[in-house]
Amino acid sequence: MAKHVLIIEDEPNIIEAISFILSRDGWQVDTHSNGHDAVAVVRARAPDLVILDVMLPGRSGYDILTDLRANPETQDLPILMLTARGQARDREMAEKAGASRFMTKPFSNADVIEALNALVAP
Amino acid sequence: MATLNILIAVCLAYVALLFAVAFMAERAALKGRGNWLRSPWIYTLSLSIYCTAWTFYGAVGYAARSGLEFVTIYLGPTLVMVGWWWALRKMVRIGRTQRITSVADLISSRYGKSGLLAVCVTLLALVGITPYISLQLQSVTLSFSSFAVSDPVGASLIADQDTALWVAVGLALFTILFGTRNLDANERHHGVVMAIAVEAVVKLFALIAVGVFVVWGLAGGISPMLERIDASDIGQWQMDGGRWVGLTFLSAAAFLTLPRMFQVLVVENEDERHLRTAAWAFPTYLMLMSLFVVPIAVIGLELLPAGSNPDQFVLTVPLSQGQEGLAMLAFLGGFSSATSMVIVAAIALSTMVSNHIVMPIFLRLTQGGVNGPSDVRHVVILARRLSIGVVLALGYLYYKISGGGSALAAIGLVSFAGLAQLLPAMMGGIFWRGATRNGAFAGLVTGFAIWAWCLLLPGFGGGVLPASVMADGPWGIGWLRPHALFGIEGMDPLLHAGMWSLLLNAVVFVIVSLLSFPSPLERLQGAQFVNIFDHSDNPQSWSGGIAQSEDLMIMAQRILGPEMVQGFFQAEAARQGLAGYLPEPTPDFLARLERELSGAVGGATAHAMVAQIMGAATVSVEDLLAVADETAQMMEYSSQLEAKSNELTRTARQLRAANDKLTQLSVQKDAFLSQISHELRTPMTSIRAFSEILRDAEGLEPKDLTRYATIIHAEAIRLTRLLDDLLDLSVLENGQVNLNIRDGLLSDVISHAIAASGSDMHTMRVRRTGPAAEVMLTTDHDRLAQVFINLIANAQKYCDADRPELTIDVSRRGGRVIGTRRIALLPSKPRGIHPIPCGPTLMGLGCCEE
Repeated sequence: MAKHVLIIEDEPNIIEAISFILSRDGWQVDTHSNGHDAVAVVRARAPDLVILDVMLPGRSGYDILTDLRANPETQDLPILMLTARGQARDREMAEKAGASRFMTKPFSNADVIEALNALVAP
Repeated sequence: MATLNILIAVCLAYVALLFAVAFMAERAALKGRGNWLRSPWIYTLSLSIYCTAWTFYGAVGYAARSGLEFVTIYLGPTLVMVGWWWALRKMVRIGRTQRITSVADLISSRYGKSGLLAVCVTLLALVGITPYISLQLQSVTLSFSSFAVSDPVGASLIADQDTALWVAVGLALFTILFGTRNLDANERHHGVVMAIAVEAVVKLFALIAVGVFVVWGLAGGISPMLERIDASDIGQWQMDGGRWVGLTFLSAAAFLTLPRMFQVLVVENEDERHLRTAAWAFPTYLMLMSLFVVPIAVIGLELLPAGSNPDQFVLTVPLSQGQEGLAMLAFLGGFSSATSMVIVAAIALSTMVSNHIVMPIFLRLTQGGVNGPSDVRHVVILARRLSIGVVLALGYLYYKISGGGSALAAIGLVSFAGLAQLLPAMMGGIFWRGATRNGAFAGLVTGFAIWAWCLLLPGFGGGVLPASVMADGPWGIGWLRPHALFGIEGMDPLLHAGMWSLLLNAVVFVIVSLLSFPSPLERLQGAQFVNIFDHSDNPQSWSGGIAQSEDLMIMAQRILGPEMVQGFFQAEAARQGLAGYLPEPTPDFLARLERELSGAVGGATAHAMVAQIMGAATVSVEDLLAVADETAQMMEYSSQLEAKSNELTRTARQLRAANDKLTQLSVQKDAFLSQISHELRTPMTSIRAFSEILRDAEGLEPKDLTRYATIIHAEAIRLTRLLDDLLDLSVLENGQVNLNIRDGLLSDVISHAIAASGSDMHTMRVRRTGPAAEVMLTTDHDRLAQVFINLIANAQKYCDADRPELTIDVSRRGGRVIGTRRIALLPSKPRGIHPIPCGPTLMGLGCCEE
């Protein structure tokens, strides 16, 4: 059964690109584009994996991640953080907030797929 | 009938004799064979310059006019010599130990070497003495014409020629030759003193000869003479007690303060023991000089026709009796009196003028321009010679201007009263340590002003002070009338002026002295002057007493500061069981003081200083003061170092602040870079992702291909725009941008922005309100449009309403809307947008703020 991935990202073109490559790889792709109700959307849709952007309208990706990790339902959910601010400090913050994986934009499509597969592998 | 020719010949011969005497004396002194020059008799005779032509001729005139009052002129100096010789001794001692050169030098040295005081005294002396010198010229001229009366040829000769001018020139030459012969300007003038002594003998002998001739030749002996005196008017003169006391006091004061008297009394003094001889010998000389004054006056009044000038009786009485030889002698006596006074007065005045006026000006004008001390010495000599010329020229001018009309005695007394103004400052300086420079100056100026107003100026007659001023006072102020100051009327003018000027002079001097504070140099000099005998009497003894302790304290304070020194002295006094601040200068105490001082100035200097004050070394006080000043400079230098270190601390603080600011800027820069990074990476991400999709080209439909290529293209354009913005920003920040300013409508700018952002299609409706069409802007329209484009783009991006709508409302506040003022154009962020910092806004703001 195809794995269910939720992309939380505000840049339409990036959503489209990731959606395309993941669909092609056999994922069931779901998207959401703002921050303030992201936590609720995650819990409602219960994806197998979340791709989370940091700079979101409404709420910061780190805050969303911290909330998700605080909830027993989602505390072990694999979450790949994507950020356009590729500094070491951002990686630290992501790890501290509990990201399963951290990638900087721009990324290689193959790396994304490989990372996602690694995250959902049994 | 060749009397006048003979007279001139005798005169020249006499002058030649004087030259010879002076020259020989100089030679003898130079070769060290001049012991006889240093006898107390020469000293006593040199004092006789007190008896000028005024006393020689004038005393008889005075007696003929005012009876015995002339005696006061001799009484004053006699009282000083007999009753006050110890004060003279003090003056002489001070003059010798302090190397004083004149009255001005004495006063200025005493009051902390004040240049101002010296100039003041010099000017006062010049003003006071000039009439006196002209008086001598007048008397010589008069005596010439007395001879000429009996010689018609000579009369025309005299009338044609300006006798006074020739006399002045001749005296100037003699004075220059013998007064400034030595290159060392501090040397005593042996030649001049000797010549004066000779003249003193000549004038005494001449007067006595005339007197003897009058008493025994004309009156027929002493008893008939006394009878004649009793019968004459002179015996009937009423004596005014106040005038007697006043005149005696004035002449006593003048004896001390006259520059020429100071010159012979103090400067030319060889040995202060000479004063003991002079104390009785000089009064005797004065008595002899006055002995025959009354007889000559009485006989003159009897023999000569009414209206004859009594000032010339000494000459005219022998002449009228055909005693031309005797008259010639009398003439030489008068000539001697005049010349000796002028010569010494010119030397004294020229010393003052050159030392206190010419040299300071010269040295100021040629700072550093003089090569070595020998040059300065030449300049000093030259300055003195010039000054002598100037002094005599002034005397001659005064003679020409005043017309030589006044009676001799009157001019002399005006001079006396003027010079007497120096008395308070002089005597106060010698006897009172509390006297200060300010006090001396204030007293002198006060006394001098009153003297000039009440005595000198009225003496010139109506030309200077109009009769109305004399009668009603200046501007009608009655109490300022020159002869009735403060409403005291009916007094003798001389007495009136003398009393007020000296009284107020002394009062002002004392009051200002009490109120003002002396400088350290002044205090030291004051101590040196007042305690002169303590300092110089027994130079070998090491224990001096409280006076030295005080000097030590003054000196130490200059080096160590008052608090510390007072504490130290008090402790030392306590150790000796004394109260107060002044311990006895025991060797023990001196050693400890030396140790204290050596901490600040070094051991050798400290020892020299203490030794000097205790009178056991040859270092001069001036040297010590220089050392002390150097110490003060060192202290100042160290305080400058301290100031510098404070400055360094301040700089360090400023650097720290700058560093903090830089750190803060660095944080901002990181935030900015992080923001830029995000802005650039976002389109890059799309481009990379889609280009990889296209590269792999797997499972792509043609319409997808086109769509993805379009996205890549759009994102590439977005990236380009971002870079442009960024470059714009950096250019703007460097202030190197050229704004393309022109006039245009705001509505055009907004239309352009909406079209460029392509938002009117499906994403967001843009509503426009307000009078944008009427607003004329002078700005860079492209950049302003960019601001709107950024705003619209942000609104599109972040507004999550179902049917987004952006309202651009234009309103006018105040009179002008200027594109470069951000307040006018960016009042707030577009509504409905969450306050998340976002790229285009930042970029847009960047543009817009500039």
